[in-house]
Amino acid sequence: MKKVGVFVCHCGTNISQTVHCEKLAEAAKTLPGVAFSTEYKYMCSDPGQTMIKEAIAEHGLDRVVVAACSPRMHETTFRKCIDSGGLNPYMLEIANIREQCSWVHSDKDKATAKAGDLVNMAVAKVLKNEQLPSSFIPVHKRALVIGGGIAGIQAALDIADTGYHVDLVEREPSIGGKMAQIDKTFPTMDCSACILTPKMVDASQHPNITIIPYSEVEKVDGYVGNFDVTIRRKASYVDSVKCTGCGLCSEKCPSKKIPSEFECNLGTRPAIYSPFPQAIPNKPVIDRENCRYFKTGKCKICARVCTADAVNFEDQDEMVQIRYGAIVVATGYTLYDHSQYGEYGYGHYKDVISGLEFERLVNASGPTMGKIKRPSDNTEPKNVVFIKCVGSRDKARGHDYCSRACCMYTAKHATMVRDKIKDSQAIIFYMDIRTPGKNYEEFYLRGVEEYGVTYVRGRVSRIYEEGEGENRKLIVQGEDTLLGKQVFVDADMVVLATAMEPQPDAAGFARKIGISYDQNNFFSEAHPKLRPVETLSAGIYLAGACQGPKDIPDTVAQAGAAAAKVVALLSKDEMETEPIVAKVDTDRCSGCGFCIPICPYKAISFTDLTERVHGSVAWGPTGKEVKRQVANVNNGLCQGCGACTVNCRAGALDLLGFTNEQILAEVDSLW
Amino acid sequence: MKYAYYPGCSLSGTGLEYNISTQAVAPLLGIELCELPDWSCCGASSAHLQDHTLALALPARNAALGEEQGLSLAIPCAACLSRSKAAEHAVKTSEDMRAQIESLIDRPYQATYPVKSILEIFIDAGLDTLKENIIKPLTGLKVASYYGCLQARPTDFMDVDDPENPQTIDTIVAALGAEPVSWSHKTECCGNSHPIAYPEVGGPLVNRILEQAEKSGADCIVCACPMCLGNLDMRQKALGKKRGRPFNLPVFYFTQLMGLALNLRPKKLGLKKHFISPIPLLSKKDLLKRIKIKKVKNKPADTPVPASESTETPTPNPDNKKGGPA
Ligand SMILES: Cc1cc2nc3c(=O)[nH]c(=O)nc-3n(C[C@H](O)[C@H](O)[C@H](O)COP(=O)(O)OP(=O)(O)OC[C@H]3O[C@@H](n4cnc5c(N)ncnc54)[C@H](O)[C@@H]3O)c2cc1C
Repeated sequence: MKKVGVFVCHCGTNISQTVHCEKLAEAAKTLPGVAFSTEYKYMCSDPGQTMIKEAIAEHGLDRVVVAACSPRMHETTFRKCIDSGGLNPYMLEIANIREQCSWVHSDKDKATAKAGDLVNMAVAKVLKNEQLPSSFIPVHKRALVIGGGIAGIQAALDIADTGYHVDLVEREPSIGGKMAQIDKTFPTMDCSACILTPKMVDASQHPNITIIPYSEVEKVDGYVGNFDVTIRRKASYVDSVKCTGCGLCSEKCPSKKIPSEFECNLGTRPAIYSPFPQAIPNKPVIDRENCRYFKTGKCKICARVCTADAVNFEDQDEMVQIRYGAIVVATGYTLYDHSQYGEYGYGHYKDVISGLEFERLVNASGPTMGKIKRPSDNTEPKNVVFIKCVGSRDKARGHDYCSRACCMYTAKHATMVRDKIKDSQAIIFYMDIRTPGKNYEEFYLRGVEEYGVTYVRGRVSRIYEEGEGENRKLIVQGEDTLLGKQVFVDADMVVLATAMEPQPDAAGFARKIGISYDQNNFFSEAHPKLRPVETLSAGIYLAGACQGPKDIPDTVAQAGAAAAKVVALLSKDEMETEPIVAKVDTDRCSGCGFCIPICPYKAISFTDLTERVHGSVAWGPTGKEVKRQVANVNNGLCQGCGACTVNCRAGALDLLGFTNEQILAEVDSLW
Repeated sequence: MKYAYYPGCSLSGTGLEYNISTQAVAPLLGIELCELPDWSCCGASSAHLQDHTLALALPARNAALGEEQGLSLAIPCAACLSRSKAAEHAVKTSEDMRAQIESLIDRPYQATYPVKSILEIFIDAGLDTLKENIIKPLTGLKVASYYGCLQARPTDFMDVDDPENPQTIDTIVAALGAEPVSWSHKTECCGNSHPIAYPEVGGPLVNRILEQAEKSGADCIVCACPMCLGNLDMRQKALGKKRGRPFNLPVFYFTQLMGLALNLRPKKLGLKKHFISPIPLLSKKDLLKRIKIKKVKNKPADTPVPASESTETPTPNPDNKKGGPA
């Protein structure tokens, strides 16, 4: 006889406020197969779990229904619980009476009736549950980190320090990311390069880290523990082994006036270049589009001056395939393009710049050697206006979300203006001032109190230019909501705190490697609170601003957390796999192959089946061996999504844990 | 193309020159404007302050009358346009509102024929058609195109090319051979009725627009709204006095400039109806004279003389000066 135990959770008042938990537990007792039923305030707590284990022993339960929150929240918790109570962990069903009942209803009687139905269904289903065995797959002990910003560098270092090998793939010629472009960092104002470049050097010298620069991930096959990753090394036309990094080629290159991406186009670079002097690796690449030789067929000056014979114009993109046990995605962010803001001049006013451009203007190694000069005429601006939330918190034009770092870096920028230009004025237009970080509020207040930064609460409705040459100025028209008045501010330069956005290729990249992304194209974590660095694809983790806007302290913390997850995975020799996978009933399978293209994980393929035919059949002699093709599921790749099962015309595919029989039993229980 | 012409109240009063110039220009470009019979006031600046439903029903009535004839409304006034588009939008997005409006106006209104601004209609007719018909290009005239608020906003239902930097009037100005200046206050508010009721609020708004137009190097302003034109034209004298330096920026309806380039008589365009007379500017730029078109004989009467032919011989005719308003 099957014996079901039903355990109803109050979730504090989360459930009990809208559902009569006692009545629910009482009613469950009458359901067929139910041998025991009870309720408790917090079923997931230690006493709650003990209650379940004791009931299993005392009443000889062989399967369990927990009526509580979403299975995404605590299914694993309760599986472990009944496992230690002596049952197979898959003899459990969760009735979600919180997210799908108490949280969304208000009428207590009706909600209780619905919760009753949900419990009914779970009981009907659990009666059909079978014990599912776990299987084990080997783990390849090597990690891949994609993106070499501070997030990727930190994650690589943390993984490498535990002894595992890490490859760090960066698509630019150098690692460093945005942090390399930033001048000083809030709230301590230590110089970004001084804290970043030592880490870059550590990464390049670490025996367990291989930096793969100027490369991109092309394809990810396989599954947790055994990802087969194809990496494209882009042709750099410089042999990085032979190159000594002397820099002579860049010095002699005749095409010098190419806008430098690293300098946000405020400075120039040659066609054979390394993005910045402290680049790691410090090996140049040739920008084919702008190289005189590639354009005209003549030049090759770089090859002539190279004493190491490292320049190779015949270089080609190269594909390498490497196997990894785990992947960290740390591809960072990009900035909102303010040329979408018509009222701020569509990007046509030279002296309306972004925050990152400002970073280059104050940076000692930047295009102006750290002297703040406005781009239009290289004069020192006296009145600098800052506008926050450009593209952030703007439903009409930009994004709904807050970019989190801008309040702080704008406070930093304004302080720097006041510090570097004595007779200057720094005025910040803001909607709110958000300083939720350690020592952040103090930092902002110091700007106001010690440096005399002026804050004006209100949005800027328009910027327009007046005057010519040296007399050219910008008029910033906005509302001072505290005065309730329109204000017009003369500015020599305007700095826009533009929103942090996902990389333009984020969605495509996510699809390529098989992770999900949110409505803004930031990569999705598995659970916003409890699994913040995991993705829903096992073995792939997230670090840094690719998951959502964040500053450096949060980025570094997340990178460390992702590294810990990777190390936990790699430290196992083999790992248990989820037994909820599709299963083929080969007797029924007609070999039509419909399921093969449906599978998003490429887990289904054909296999040959040899069988002996008995009795008399129309198509041949009896007792003969015949060969036919049937579908075969690779348990390592199958993620248990069930897409194939609904597509199988013969009903030969079933998802273990969600068999057709189980689902139908649930439906039947409602009538 | 045939449209139900909805002049609205302003165009029989303060905006008379908009009315006559529009009606003079349209047929030359193959646009047939038949005044909507029994049209009523759209409620413009007052109704929507009183009653939301009424403010939608008033313009809906006119559009519904057009619909009965199977015609789109052609609306010159920006305020009428804005209200009519608001009504159209409401009817399209809310069944409930449509039912309310229909019961108020006592007739069905499905918004099948989109209400259109006269500006949109001229653009739709094709800039090439316009260019082909130009006889007197407005060479040398620097024009600040002013759209105001209602032409460009709200973006929910005003299908404008670009709410921050609209180009429609500019493209017409350029097609006429004049030079549209790039300036910052194209869509700033002129204060609507505030310059009349609260000059201390409205005055500075108009002042800013005029000053920016001046700084942009424009000789004149061109607009598509009787309220804007009223404010910008009528206030110049007082504002000039206030700042101690007179303004002298003639303000045109774009249809008046079109009429000039199409060689219509200035009288037909109401050019004498402005507070800041455009006549001195136009004669300085040599744009007042009409160009005599030689009737080519031996050709069927209905074959129009190609414009290019006539512009090739812009023989200045001193006699013509008399014909123009002095
Ligand atoms: C103007 C400004 C000032 C700031 N100032 C501060 C400050 O003072 N203090 C502070 O704490 N924070 C500051 N921040 C925030 C800081 O920049 C971020 O927190 C930090 O850079 C996030 O690091 P990351 O590694 O996640 O991303 P990134 O720095 O963007 O690095 C991502 C890296 O991944 C690479 N990449 C992207 N896609 C791929 C791909 N498909 N394959 C391979 N590689 C790829 C990129 O080339 C890049 O090198 C500031 C931000 C701005 C805009």
